Amino acid sequence: MTTEPLPPWGPWRTGLAILRRDLFVTGREFPIFLAQVILQPLFLLFVFGKVLTELGYAQADYKQVLFPGLVALAAVLTGVQSAALPLVIEFSYSNEIEDRLLAPLPVGAVAVEKVIFAAMRGLVAGLVMFPIGVWILGAIPWQASTGVAVIVMMILGSLLGAAMGLILGTYVPPNRINVTFALVLTPLIFTGSSQYPWPSLSHIRWFQVVSACNPMTYVSEGLRGLMAPSVPHIDTWVCFVVAIVFLVVLVVVGMFGFNRRALS
Amino acid sequence: MTGVTNQSPADGAHRTPAVEVAELAKRYPKAPVDSLAGVSFQVEEGEVFGFLGPNGAGKSTTIGILTTRIRPTRGRALVAGVDVVADPVSARRVLGVVPQQNNLDRSLSVRQNLLFHASYHGVPAGERKRRADALLEQFGLADRPDGRPDDFSGGQIQRMMIARTLMHAPSVLFLDEPSTGLDPAARLFLWEKVAELKAAGTTVVITTHDMDEAATLSDRVAIIDHGTLLALDTPARLVQGMSRERTLDCTVEPGPTGDAVTVGLALGSLAGVRSADQLDDPAGGWRFRVAVDGDAAGYVAPVAQLVHEAGGRLTDVRLGEPNLEDVFIHLTGRALR
Repeated sequence: MTTEPLPPWGPWRTGLAILRRDLFVTGREFPIFLAQVILQPLFLLFVFGKVLTELGYAQADYKQVLFPGLVALAAVLTGVQSAALPLVIEFSYSNEIEDRLLAPLPVGAVAVEKVIFAAMRGLVAGLVMFPIGVWILGAIPWQASTGVAVIVMMILGSLLGAAMGLILGTYVPPNRINVTFALVLTPLIFTGSSQYPWPSLSHIRWFQVVSACNPMTYVSEGLRGLMAPSVPHIDTWVCFVVAIVFLVVLVVVGMFGFNRRALS
Repeated sequence: MTGVTNQSPADGAHRTPAVEVAELAKRYPKAPVDSLAGVSFQVEEGEVFGFLGPNGAGKSTTIGILTTRIRPTRGRALVAGVDVVADPVSARRVLGVVPQQNNLDRSLSVRQNLLFHASYHGVPAGERKRRADALLEQFGLADRPDGRPDDFSGGQIQRMMIARTLMHAPSVLFLDEPSTGLDPAARLFLWEKVAELKAAGTTVVITTHDMDEAATLSDRVAIIDHGTLLALDTPARLVQGMSRERTLDCTVEPGPTGDAVTVGLALGSLAGVRSADQLDDPAGGWRFRVAVDGDAAGYVAPVAQLVHEAGGRLTDVRLGEPNLEDVFIHLTGRALR
């Protein structure tokens, strides 16, 4: 051939190059990204954690329940949105994903990159809840001894959200994405045990069952167990196991959908 | 492919073909027939290879398979010696694609589009910058390297997409319907660039439904319809095969009576006329291509008379040597557009 050969190259380096592109674009608009992910949990935290308790409508220790749940909510929800929205746009309107599908790496690796990148955004969204929590609530439930486990659970939650986003982004037709977001995100937000401890639902049995089907519940409950163990919670090891099982299933389903969209 | 001579350029016999396709077929799920029905051909290194056919003929499916985006139902496809089905990852390093639709990265500037593309393909950082500067210059984009793709015209978008794919110096470049939607100046610029690429040794596979484009750019043209390869040769040889035939392109102003079909049939029945096909006329009038034996000029008077008798008025006649369009009509029995 007439062109000089390129140096040896592994597909994983292409994957890293694509990840670098996503980080570059997010980094450039980081303040916008932060505003996007912080606003909703910030208001939830302020109204439920601060206003309602100060007015006496909620008990002072409600923030023990609420704060870990909102960290989970921020991580999962940001993961979902960071994966689903770009996928929908790049597969339909902009076709941008083509340049990455034509890069020298397996098609599935492009999906993996999307999930990892979305999870990174989810993790950042979860982490920024801590300074915000300190600022609004004055003190947040936190135990140094479980710090590492908290981070691991947050990573798991972000990945779970990103995997759900992969499914939404590849299975939902672009003209349905608005209605799907409304129909999926609202139940996801309010059945994920982020505003209530799951074990206390025993007298609203049906809602307890519904909540148990939401992967976010295990992230909320897991973080609650690690950060505020005095609040009733699902056993932490159960949370980890169920979250990992959910993650595997969601990724497998999402990868199948992605391959279907990427190759014909 | 059966019954079609696959003639290669004289010096290409002993080299690895740039593209090698054997009995390639594709049936999409739930489709009643094959979109591609066992096509075989070779593209030699350094050749400009034109794929000519109407929409839905199988051009895009073939290009889709060769560029690893569509999985064939059966058959074999190699690009620069790499099997695109067995090893798509390696194949993507040696091929370049310029799609029909804008798929540039809207979040990145023109220059960043080029640089990031090269990074996906493993071009070292210093080399990336050098190539990007050279290509921006070559494609007339050097004055606005920091602009966003959305702020450019269709012709410029296409230049960016070509420049982008050249960043990883592909051995084989696939251009899918490159001149669709381009103004004449942009089209001419594109043609110049394709000629330059060929001169630099890059193999170019181009799909088009534009006869002029196929004839002007291509060393060889494959005519494809209904998923089957109908002919494959140099434009000159394809036309030579019809050399006894001359054509009259007639524009007819419809009269108050009579219809196009009757006029077409009447034209076809004139003595010495081989065929009369109605062509699409964007202006809404009637256009016929009348193929005759021998001297075309002698047929003008009888044709005018006949049109007049059918209630129409002959407003324009163009006498033509046969071209690729005639070859296409001859092979498929219909006009391309």
